[in-house]
Amino acid sequence: MTAAALQSSAPLQRLSNALYLQPRLLLFLLLTPPLLWLGVIYLGSLFALLAQSFFYIDEYSGMVVREVSLATWRQLFTLANLDIVLRTTAMAAAVTAGAALLGFPLAYYMVRYASTRMKALLYLGVMLPLWSSYLVRVYSWKLILAKEGIITWLSEQLHLTWLLEGMLALPVIGGPSLSTSDIGTFLVFLYVWLPFMILPVVAALERVPRTLIEASADLGAPPGATFRRVIWPLALPGVVAGSIFTFSLTLGDYIIPGIVGSSHPFIGQAVYAHQGTAGNVPLAAALTIVPIAIMAVYLTVAKRMGAFDAL
Amino acid sequence: MSTAIPAVRFSVVRRQFGEVRAIDDVGFEIADGEFFSLLGPSGSGKTTCLRLIAGFEQPDAGTIEIHGVNVAGVPPYQRDVNTVFQDYALFPHMSVGQNVEYGLMIRKVPAAERSRRAEEMLELVKLAGMRGRKPAQLSGGQRQRVALARALINRPRVLLLDEPLGALDLKLREAMQVELKALQRQVGITFVYVTHDQGEALSMSDRVAVFNLGRIEQIDTPAAIYEHPATAFVAGFVGVSNLCEGEVAKRLSGSAEPFAIRPEKIRIAREDAPTPDGWVYAGGRVESIVYLGAATRYTVELDGGGSLTVLHQNADDRDHGPASGARVRLAWQARHQQRLGGQRA
Repeated sequence: MTAAALQSSAPLQRLSNALYLQPRLLLFLLLTPPLLWLGVIYLGSLFALLAQSFFYIDEYSGMVVREVSLATWRQLFTLANLDIVLRTTAMAAAVTAGAALLGFPLAYYMVRYASTRMKALLYLGVMLPLWSSYLVRVYSWKLILAKEGIITWLSEQLHLTWLLEGMLALPVIGGPSLSTSDIGTFLVFLYVWLPFMILPVVAALERVPRTLIEASADLGAPPGATFRRVIWPLALPGVVAGSIFTFSLTLGDYIIPGIVGSSHPFIGQAVYAHQGTAGNVPLAAALTIVPIAIMAVYLTVAKRMGAFDAL
Repeated sequence: MSTAIPAVRFSVVRRQFGEVRAIDDVGFEIADGEFFSLLGPSGSGKTTCLRLIAGFEQPDAGTIEIHGVNVAGVPPYQRDVNTVFQDYALFPHMSVGQNVEYGLMIRKVPAAERSRRAEEMLELVKLAGMRGRKPAQLSGGQRQRVALARALINRPRVLLLDEPLGALDLKLREAMQVELKALQRQVGITFVYVTHDQGEALSMSDRVAVFNLGRIEQIDTPAAIYEHPATAFVAGFVGVSNLCEGEVAKRLSGSAEPFAIRPEKIRIAREDAPTPDGWVYAGGRVESIVYLGAATRYTVELDGGGSLTVLHQNADDRDHGPASGARVRLAWQARHQQRLGGQRA
């Protein structure tokens, strides 16, 4: 290209050239908006939340006192609140375990056995529910699980009423009907969050070449040992990634237990109640810190146990 | 070849995928302690054969015996064979040491013995001191050695190697060929070696089976395969060959029966040079010259049609040979004409 040709190039071309020759400028331009968003709005609100939890509410006036104090945190560690935290954590753990147990075989089938066409259909099947309204889906589950609903009818047809009644008679998790028991809440949570487990597990399994499984068999390992020593450790980062979704989404949700479930509140519902009707924003803030702390502990333990070694 | 029972025996084995017969009516015997190569282009069925021996595939017809035992329905983890995979298939989440010890760990060999044997194996493949590394921290050649150590530590009766040197660069590949052959002699295990590289098969093997389109064209020693190819395919695939048939064959040899002649067996000389008695000769004109360093390759257009490729050793730095377009006389001994079976490439 001659000097004259360079001079005559369009402004857009000159901009492209400048960015190509100055990669740092390009990076700066690309990263500034997301970093501003992350730093100011996202982390900023999180720290505002943390700060809020160190204020407390005046018992007589009901007003928030903007002074640093541990009064709210003391309030958090009362029996009633610990009960909420414990119940929510147990539910999140159960949903995560259920999603892993249901999701793993499906993910394995999708990666190892399904034809291209079948795989596309399964992807569609897994993601289809995410395209429709969450509220509509939860309400339709209320109908499915109701005392007059499909499941009750189906169990009558199959002469399994005794099984359903036996389940509902269980202490703590049972209740008058599926739609008003913790079992029902569990089923809906499992349904709503399952795609978030399957997709990362599929991604992790895609990265385990077939020859590794053959090599393990070749070296004398029966299928069970191959699963334990090769497939599972390599898929574990995917399962942990999925469990981060299922666990944290369950910890924070307040809509599902409000529509389907017992009258005992979960963390999300407690937060909703405290910042709304009760007007106790500091306690709501403190309760919000709890899931964050639980997730931090969970990830630390997972790392200690070597869940990310294969990354 | 210490025992009469072959290490591996295929009898009329067929394996098909849908309509395609990956291997068809294949039969051969591999002697105990032999270095046996399966040579052929991609898709010729050689890898399928290896996978049948390993147990990753089951035959649709015929029987496979390993040391006299029919292995129909025996899964890979119950076979006394080990495989070195083309992509090495090292476990990425385990260290080199854990990879090598894997087979022994599965067999519940005590940790102390496992560790000692892994040490020995890594020494054998010249990787002592690499135990703690992860496969990702190794070079291609080192990974290849780990894969070899991981298979050999189990002391298999047959070792299967699926193009194990395919991913290495030329120099390293040549060095590993020599090492592999030496290692095979040292451990005395039967090696079944799959490759599409005819040079590799010729330089390492005791015997070679040449595969084409799911069938075996010829099984013989490397020298026999090269000097006496049974079919036109073998002549063309193993080394370079001039294939003469029809009119050209008739003019050169007096018979229409097709034959092949290796380029290095043909002498090239000036047109007026004397020809020794009993040699076949033909006149022609140099069409093209390719200088290869150790040798020069001439393509000569024959008088009356047809062309021959000639390889001329550059033994004398002052002998530049004929120039392009020059008239030359080609000569070769009649016994170097390799008669071919009816099959065409």
